[in-house]
Amino acid sequence: MSAIWKYISDVLKGIWTLIQGMRITGYYFFRPRLIVTQQYPENRRTLEMFERFRGEVTMPHNENNEHRCTGCGICEISCPNGSIEIITATVLLPDGKKKRIIDKHIYHLGMCSLCNLCVKNCPSDAIVMAQTFEHAVWDRTQLTKVLNRPGSKIMEGVKE
Amino acid sequence: MQEAEPDRIETQEYLVNMGPQHPSTHGVLRLLLKLEGEIVHHVDPHIGYIHSGIEKMCESLTYPQIPYLTDRMDYLSAHMNEEVVCLCIENALGVEVPDRVKYIRTIFSELQRLASHQLWWCVMGMDLGALTTFFYGLRDREKILDIFEETCGARLTLHYSIPGGLMFDIHPNFQKRVHDFLNYFRKKLPEYDQLLTGNVIFQERTRGIGIFPKEAVINYGVTGPSGRASGFSCDVRKHLPYSAYPFVSFQEALDDRGDTLARYQVRIKEMWESMSIIEQLIDNIPEGDVQVKMKGVVKLPEGEYFQRVESARGDFGVFIISDGKKSPYRLKFRSPGFSNLSALHAMSKGWKIADLVAIMSSLDLVIPDIDR
Ligand code: SF4
Ligand code: SF4
Repeated sequence: MSAIWKYISDVLKGIWTLIQGMRITGYYFFRPRLIVTQQYPENRRTLEMFERFRGEVTMPHNENNEHRCTGCGICEISCPNGSIEIITATVLLPDGKKKRIIDKHIYHLGMCSLCNLCVKNCPSDAIVMAQTFEHAVWDRTQLTKVLNRPGSKIMEGVKE
Repeated sequence: MQEAEPDRIETQEYLVNMGPQHPSTHGVLRLLLKLEGEIVHHVDPHIGYIHSGIEKMCESLTYPQIPYLTDRMDYLSAHMNEEVVCLCIENALGVEVPDRVKYIRTIFSELQRLASHQLWWCVMGMDLGALTTFFYGLRDREKILDIFEETCGARLTLHYSIPGGLMFDIHPNFQKRVHDFLNYFRKKLPEYDQLLTGNVIFQERTRGIGIFPKEAVINYGVTGPSGRASGFSCDVRKHLPYSAYPFVSFQEALDDRGDTLARYQVRIKEMWESMSIIEQLIDNIPEGDVQVKMKGVVKLPEGEYFQRVESARGDFGVFIISDGKKSPYRLKFRSPGFSNLSALHAMSKGWKIADLVAIMSSLDLVIPDIDR
């Protein structure tokens, strides 16, 4: 007889534990505002990333099309993946001295692991992380970018 | 021709592949099962499907570049992986990092442990057929990932620790957000128990399943929550305290039943402990720098260095042999997942396939950690 009682009480206890779980799911079912899903493509206009979010490496230019990159190549050395190539050119200054300037700062976004080492190690703070994240393109050659804009030159007063 | 008698059906052992794309193997782990009917006689794990040669790659990277790569091993305890390499390099150089760095690293480790256990919890529920847990676990994990993202700009592969300190100082909102999270999660964690732990189906599928005695745990080198569930006190945070762990008091979550339910409950207890550790540290972060000035080219003195930390899965170690150059001569990781997996065949022998899934979930395997 006691075996039957045990059986019945086990069944009832089991059902009770199931109801306990159902209470939680029921609670959230009737409170949809507690649901955290982001409606991503719809909220693109209002979506704001954190300011430190690492999306891609960019080189900020001021309104005169000037940047801070000296072409020292430290970012190229510190990159673990070889995603940066620095091509420098030599120009003749008016006073007859030769000076090395940046010709192309080539950045392969497709090979970049967004580790931030280049940004951290750049001695003249010439590159920063941008908050963009929609990087899908049709052809991977589009992922190779030249960060210094055409015709740009170095800002006055950047220490070499 | 004689007809076979119907009551003399012969059974025989047969082999079945579980994985490498099976949902409950959490990645590309292939288990070769030797079965008799539904009973598992032997499990043969075949690993290496996502071997990425991280140890070998480290030999060609400079020391400051190594931590970023270790994020990709056990991606659920990314911060601990970085921390162990940084600690090893700092110890080898004799660099003492400021207390502020130690505190922040410890808070990050514990947040990372919480995030990892949350993911483990929701996946364990899902493996056993309770899909709801998956959404609730991820919902709470999202809050931690937001904290990470605000301070270091990434959610999974943080790259926050670097040799000699931290990549950035904490974000001004960091402490407030952590407090908010703790208040929030303290209310949510009892829900986990209510939803899954007490559930009769879950209890029936885990209690007494895959019992693993303490001697076997030690012999197989099972560490972390899986080892502590069998009564093996192996918490590196307690026995070889590093970073800010000497300054906090916490209980090592131990259990001596050694079954799947014990492994589950040890992790739930660890979540409470992690919250208490964060609480002790978060308001007392000392002022100071977050970075020691390091040389431009970091070179370790010739020799062999070893450092251990407690990752979310167990005892994580790194062994560096340096020949005085700017990259290591050899670098070896001791990953907890690998040793824990080695015990799977002994744990699951004689149990059913469905039990094997529960046992494997309770080990909390991360496959890149095993394959590296
Ligand atoms: S971006 Fe910075 S580190 Fe790289 S070449 Fe220019 S100045 Fe040097
Ligand atoms: S973020 Fe890292 S991987 Fe990307 S370019 Fe900079 S150093 Fe290289």
